[in-house]
Amino acid sequence: MPEVLKAPLVVEFPFTRSLGPVQSAFLTGLRERVVLGVRTGDGRVLVPPVEYDPVTAEEIGDLVHVGLTGTVTTWAWNHEPRRGQPLDTPFAWVLVQLDGADTALLHALDAPGPDAVHTGMRVRVRWAGERTGAITDIACFEPYDGEASTVTVHAGEFEDPVTGIVAAARLDYTYSPGRAQTAYIDALSGRRTVGERCPSCRKVYVPPRGACPTCGVATSEQVEVGPRGTVTTFCIVNIKAKNLDIEVPYVYAHIALDGAGLALHGRIGGIPYDEVRMGLRVEPVWTEGARYPDHYRPTGEPDADYDTYRELL
Amino acid sequence: MTSAPRDREIAVVAFAQTDHRRTSEELSEVEMLMPVLHEVLDSTGLKTADIDFTCSGSSDYLAGRAFSFTLALDGVGAWPPISESHVEMDGAWALYEAWTKILTGDADTALVYAYGKSSPGSVRDVLTRQLDPYYVAPLWPDSVALAALQAQALIDAGDTDEPALAAVASRNRAAASTNPHAQLRGPVPQGDHLLQPLRTGDCPPIGDGAAAVILAAGDRARDLCARPAWIRGIDHRIEAHGLGVRDLTDSPSTRLAAERAGAFERPVDTAELHAPFSSQEVVLRKALRLGEDVDVNPSGGALAANPIMAAGLIRIGEAAARIHRGRSDRALAHATSGPCLQQNLVAVLEGEPR
Ligand SMILES: [Zn+2]
Repeated sequence: MPEVLKAPLVVEFPFTRSLGPVQSAFLTGLRERVVLGVRTGDGRVLVPPVEYDPVTAEEIGDLVHVGLTGTVTTWAWNHEPRRGQPLDTPFAWVLVQLDGADTALLHALDAPGPDAVHTGMRVRVRWAGERTGAITDIACFEPYDGEASTVTVHAGEFEDPVTGIVAAARLDYTYSPGRAQTAYIDALSGRRTVGERCPSCRKVYVPPRGACPTCGVATSEQVEVGPRGTVTTFCIVNIKAKNLDIEVPYVYAHIALDGAGLALHGRIGGIPYDEVRMGLRVEPVWTEGARYPDHYRPTGEPDADYDTYRELL
Repeated sequence: MTSAPRDREIAVVAFAQTDHRRTSEELSEVEMLMPVLHEVLDSTGLKTADIDFTCSGSSDYLAGRAFSFTLALDGVGAWPPISESHVEMDGAWALYEAWTKILTGDADTALVYAYGKSSPGSVRDVLTRQLDPYYVAPLWPDSVALAALQAQALIDAGDTDEPALAAVASRNRAAASTNPHAQLRGPVPQGDHLLQPLRTGDCPPIGDGAAAVILAAGDRARDLCARPAWIRGIDHRIEAHGLGVRDLTDSPSTRLAAERAGAFERPVDTAELHAPFSSQEVVLRKALRLGEDVDVNPSGGALAANPIMAAGLIRIGEAAARIHRGRSDRALAHATSGPCLQQNLVAVLEGEPR
């Protein structure tokens, strides 16, 4: 068995999220160096604030201005910061109950070492130099032994409130397609197409995924199929895809390679788009250095009889 | 369609799992899953076509691919068309869905499976994406960091200390020495702090694995299994999502789920707890009022093997298998999901008197 293929895979999304009135006030407040909480029906102050009482599910919205100083309620020393975390030097994760709040906010505490951190210690907000209306506007907390800051009522009204955030998310993977697809891709590098036959229903799957989805059993017997095949169905694409260097209209088709038990997808070239038809016999066209056929073109053979591919539609 | 009696008896009649390993990169998800599906079907003599309902648990974020669960369905054999569902959650919640499906009378048998491959990515980073996207996820606090905050809260409250946590870890892995599927077995060094106060020994191994169970109702269960593990009750509850709103030293959601599942009506002899971190076992034992006479995690628990999305289903499967073998008469199984035991499911399983 050849070594299983691996490749880096990055999944990255800039999630755009809108804010409700309470979250908008809180994040806009951070931009303006103010921390707001919300008061629940029974008088507790939640920081960070939410729009519904976590106990009663009642809608809440009375904003309260809480202090920029607070008390650590629990902590954990992080000696190896990871990508995206608030500080790139060792720090403590902390839950901080700000003065005037009844709940705690998760953030980072900049401290010289674990011996300098304890539950109950006093801390204060360190603001980020550039603030946009995000939780990261608090750069971190820092140890503080001065006076508690004052707490007042706040209307929660700001000019130019933040109404949404863009939450960037990036995850890095090493993708491996597994045994069956590795064999398929390896064969393609020699310009051969290899499927796998189901031991139960005898159907040949291309590309193979290691299992027959009909019978639910493992497939392992390799079968070379093609290179020629038959167009079983097709569509005409009239809209040019971004970054795709193909003139429209073009034809995208299901192609049943000879010997395959189901059709795969491919573009049809070498023939005017309006002359492509079901039953057209085609063969792959490879370009230099490509890992898979660029497109399929007519072979010039007579069209296949409908009965030879009707099961593969 | 709910013609079924309200107290329909439903049992776990079969359980299978992979050997859990640090990496299974040579296998696709369906290749990893298929032997488990075949094993659980073979042990009952059922074919795919005999299964009335199929439900799975997994997460696209582990593999980094959208709709990855649809590819895994290839291992089930979905022809003729099957009745199927999926939860983006641990398979224990898929089992809950299957249980309700059988309870309504829409199905007599169900196949539940779950799988997770943590090896393609960094599971600590991946799990940050399930956190509050406004206030928490932008800070990228990883699963170990959040568990460590909970552990420190327990230490401050006097509920545990580092030597007691080490004892929890070592007891679980000693129990796992008789579990051929476990990833970490026997003595494992407690190691350095991974994120103080948690040491590497307090944290679960990162690995790939899959599990499957079959549920059946009434006499069907008796036909399929010599000693079915009857689900006497099952319930799941969730905490407020804000970590700073919660008392991290307690798990009221676990306690309530256990109460609703009938766990406190009579003592259990076995408890399979889904506690990926040693400190979480301390919280769960307290919430579930488990005494020293209860055999906790005879399988080794999640500290011995923690395939994400399958580890909770495995707790139910291990508890059921112990009843099948006659080693337990009344067992509690617990599954969790989310940071610091955010969501909790409790099932109570019983074997018929011998
Ligand atoms: Zn087949």
